Amino acid sequence: MESGKLSSAVVASEFVEGTPSSGPGRDHAITVRGVMKAFGQVQALAGIDLDVARGSVLGLLGPNGAGKTTLVRVLTTLLKPDAGTARVVGFDVIEQAAQLREKIGLAGQYAAIDENLTGLENLTMVGRLYGMDRQAAKARGNELLERFDLLEAAGRPAKGYSGGMRRRLDLAAALVAQPPVLFLDEPTTGLDPRSRLSLWEVIEMLVSEGATVLLTTQYLDEADRLADRIAVIDHGRLIAEGTSDQLKDRVGGERLEVHLEDRADGDGAMRALAPMSDEQPTVEGKVVRLGVRARKGSLVEAVRRLGEAGIGVDDLVLRRPTLDEVFLALTGHAAEEATSDGGGRP
Amino acid sequence: MRRAFSDTLVLAERNLVRLPRAPELLLAFTVQPIMFVLLFRYVFGGAISTPGYSYVDFLIPGIIVQNIAFGGFVTALGLNEDMHKGLIDRFRSLPMARAAVLAGRTMADIVTNTLSMTILLITGIIIGFSFHTDALHVIAGIGLLILFGYAFSWVFAFLGLLVSTPEAANSVGFIAVFPLTFISSAFVPVASMPPVLQDFAKVNPFTIVVDAVRSLWLGAPAGNYVWGAVVWSVVIIAVFAPLAVGRYRRAAGQ
Repeated sequence: MESGKLSSAVVASEFVEGTPSSGPGRDHAITVRGVMKAFGQVQALAGIDLDVARGSVLGLLGPNGAGKTTLVRVLTTLLKPDAGTARVVGFDVIEQAAQLREKIGLAGQYAAIDENLTGLENLTMVGRLYGMDRQAAKARGNELLERFDLLEAAGRPAKGYSGGMRRRLDLAAALVAQPPVLFLDEPTTGLDPRSRLSLWEVIEMLVSEGATVLLTTQYLDEADRLADRIAVIDHGRLIAEGTSDQLKDRVGGERLEVHLEDRADGDGAMRALAPMSDEQPTVEGKVVRLGVRARKGSLVEAVRRLGEAGIGVDDLVLRRPTLDEVFLALTGHAAEEATSDGGGRP
Repeated sequence: MRRAFSDTLVLAERNLVRLPRAPELLLAFTVQPIMFVLLFRYVFGGAISTPGYSYVDFLIPGIIVQNIAFGGFVTALGLNEDMHKGLIDRFRSLPMARAAVLAGRTMADIVTNTLSMTILLITGIIIGFSFHTDALHVIAGIGLLILFGYAFSWVFAFLGLLVSTPEAANSVGFIAVFPLTFISSAFVPVASMPPVLQDFAKVNPFTIVVDAVRSLWLGAPAGNYVWGAVVWSVVIIAVFAPLAVGRYRRAAGQ
């Protein structure tokens, strides 16, 4: 926790240093205003406004081609926006790109590591390109390898690494210079569940140390677990923003499934639960289904209502909306449909 | 400026450190040239007459020029790979000198070209090649070869950034460079070719560079070959370095 405070202090001072006297985003590590970017006919970003508070995690959620990667590329100075302004720790992405690059770390969609270099050589190279001398870069590399559980593989060329190890090495490379702002572009896409979990733990550790993180993902559960706030983008527009609970409530709350002890109680259960929902519950065999307005208290309320009606319950499931349901509700189309590759790489 | 230089060195080092770990590339630098030398010396050489010189003396400058021109392939393949694996993005998001990626690549080629030249010279000397001039001329010849190789690294840098896959870089590069090296004085005297090919061979920069090296190493009549070779190298750099840099900016900015 001590080190957490320290890092936050560093972030804060970096921020003050980079911030001009006033203007939007004094408390924000990232500010985006009206950013647009087109690739030929495809409008990848159609006017995005976004703020990310210092020390917070923003999950940028959207289907393939929504513009997530394009926005990350604008914010990391890889791509010039056609219109609008964007600042990271107070530095303008166009006018102050060089200073900005010293304050950010980027871990992209594809683990950007040199497969023919060892883990340590990769990190040492990145450190030296941040301007460290060889000794310092090497020391920092070893420190990160230990932290990311890669010390054993430090001397092996990265081509022999598993997918999870590559992503960890890639993330370590983004952290070499201890940047106050991190951009993680789909950090766990394509990973097996165990590697995903271990990467999540690493990201949580960084956040606890005070880093500001912008994370893009296609997975609601990932955003759910890691992000303080979630921004949903589709076709280059921001269509919803809020905490994960706010978004899910907006999508239409939760689905409650009640498995009854006795099939004959179906009608009674429907009557008992009806006040909890805006829609008529449905019954199918021993299972009653209904949409509830909010997650909070629903299970307790359902148990209470069924208990009062004297109905025996086998099992209760409160299911959160899936990513598809969120997209369906917010965008009118399912996540998988939107595969036009406007926001992807060429 | 100092930063640009040190970043270039970091990346040149990276490109050299990884080389021994890509065995297929290393073979292309070591065993393949030796095979070519032996093939020409012992299989074709007997049928090729080179008035005034033994074939091995005639061959070695030619085969070194061919190898050094192809040496830039590592740059084409490497840059192409870096683009697709996201490494260029990483480099561009770092507070490093922009020029260092291409400069580091081509600088590494100088080292690998020197290595393959050394291997070819040693092989040549073992099978009977000898210099006919003094040390100064020999060194001038080596310098000229390194300059020409460096110029071709920029051609390959441009190619690597232009095409979509490493395989495409391979085949386009091969199709472009192969005729250039064979329709030249590298392996046979130009006078033995049909007139149409002779016309091409005479203006071919490979002929000019090969003849320049022959004059520096074997004492062949120099004519304007040496200056011609320097001018060609400088022109190639002047054309392809800006093309490669422009392409790098464009390719990376998408």
